[in-house]
Amino acid sequence: MDRVLVVAEHADGKLNAAVAKCVACAAAIPGAEIHVAVLAIDGSAVADSAAAIQGVARVLLVRNAANEPALSAVLAPQLAKLAEGYRFVLGPSTTFGKDLMPRVAGLLGAPQVSDVMAVESATRFRRPVYAGNAIATVEAPAGRQIVATVRVASFTEAPAGEPAPVQAVAIDVPLPVSTRFVSVTAARNDRPDLQTAARVVSGGRALGSADNFKLIQGLADKLGAAVGASRAAVDAGFAPNELQVGQTGKIIAPELYVAIGISGAIQHLTGIKDARTIVAINKDAEAPIFEVADIGLVGDLFSLLPEIEKLL
Amino acid sequence: MRTILVGIKRVIDYNVRVRVRPDGTGVVTDGVKMSANPFDSIALEEALRLRERGEADEVLAVSVGPTEAQQQLRDALAMGADRAILVKADAALEPLAVARALLALVKRETPRLVILGKQAIDDDCSQTGQMLAALWERPQATSASKLEVQGEVARVTREVDAGLETLEVDLPAVITTDLRLNEPRYIKLPDIMKAKKKPLDVIELASLGVDAAPELKVLKFEAPPQRQKGIMVKDAGELVAALKQRGLA
Repeated sequence: MDRVLVVAEHADGKLNAAVAKCVACAAAIPGAEIHVAVLAIDGSAVADSAAAIQGVARVLLVRNAANEPALSAVLAPQLAKLAEGYRFVLGPSTTFGKDLMPRVAGLLGAPQVSDVMAVESATRFRRPVYAGNAIATVEAPAGRQIVATVRVASFTEAPAGEPAPVQAVAIDVPLPVSTRFVSVTAARNDRPDLQTAARVVSGGRALGSADNFKLIQGLADKLGAAVGASRAAVDAGFAPNELQVGQTGKIIAPELYVAIGISGAIQHLTGIKDARTIVAINKDAEAPIFEVADIGLVGDLFSLLPEIEKLL
Repeated sequence: MRTILVGIKRVIDYNVRVRVRPDGTGVVTDGVKMSANPFDSIALEEALRLRERGEADEVLAVSVGPTEAQQQLRDALAMGADRAILVKADAALEPLAVARALLALVKRETPRLVILGKQAIDDDCSQTGQMLAALWERPQATSASKLEVQGEVARVTREVDAGLETLEVDLPAVITTDLRLNEPRYIKLPDIMKAKKKPLDVIELASLGVDAAPELKVLKFEAPPQRQKGIMVKDAGELVAALKQRGLA
């Protein structure tokens, strides 16, 4: 039996949906006994949510006033200590996990497999490289401790199950004070979360301005969709960075992805290729986005958007 | 000497359409243009700007890789780095091995800042900076889109899933760059000539005494499954009808 430690991402007392996807990945490891580590100030609600995920055998709750807002320099030494005796240490391939997990791996002196998209055996994993232009099958040495990040777009959330026990754990390691949280600024919005939304409407450079970018919000509202953006639209200042979809932004797998005025650079396509249905609207019939779109429409987005909205 | 150490990785150029070799042993590299990892060029640009603002005395460009990576280090010198070191390693290295090699150099060069790309666009690992910070027991700030250095403290704005996060870190620290940190300058012809006179040391990885043996074995590379090209519709009405047919509207 291999013990797997899944690191819980959470904010504002809520467990991130990516954690249930990490549990799904962990459950694909033959004979895995899955524990979830919650590092928080209080963390009771988060621990209860994690305990209710099917496949979780135990939740380890580590309380410390320094644990929120999450800083990798503070969390990593606690996790490295907690990871003793675990064969695998998994975290989500979100900005939280990407920042934290290699620091844990560094402290453990363990190799990391980034962006696991499939588990083939307890030692074999598949992961994308070259912006998803190639898929590598990686073999880890048997018996070696492995750190991994989970490409969340590749897994569906493990369902709810019987609640597992929550165990409070005290970890006595010195924590650095050389890294300090100052602030986080996020545009408050009532839309579905881009990373986990079932539907996403994204805008590109062709929208032309931040004002025009708001045009796609009407369509997103009609579809109950999250809003995304291409790198070009973010670079041009039409949309904030957290909306960026693609290799270096968010990699998503919604049921429906609607690309408005996005030409479809390879780095963008990397972020959407697991979408079930891709719809593209672009005035350039030669745009690469049409090569991957399930439904394509060539035309002027400024006249098409209001028409489509009216028909929905 | 207030040194900024910048990492430069030689990778397949950003604009090359990467193809998997038919035998699955890797990707096609014959006759393919190689360049510095774009995130590393952003790291170098940021270091140069800090030096120009008087926050550093010298910029040291380091690559851990094959002999040919000297070309990317020459480019870094032409862009404005003061000196360069190639840690020569002919076999492919894992991020932990690169982090160990960088740590050995950090101990020797005692930089006040190490700036690396947030990921390399070949293996897309996104590990080296964080691992170096762990081994060095120093702060890290990854995916930086803004960096201000004041005395012994850096204030870093990071691109995170929720938006923009700002951290304050004591120096020395490891920073990794995101795309919007800056736009790297172009190399001018006279600078290429000048760069030839700048020092570029080559040292063997083995001389650093670090454990660089790979632990993960890549068994094969495969091309990703291709999406099928779908249907084209001719107006808004057809588009909405197609969505409804799929139960999406």
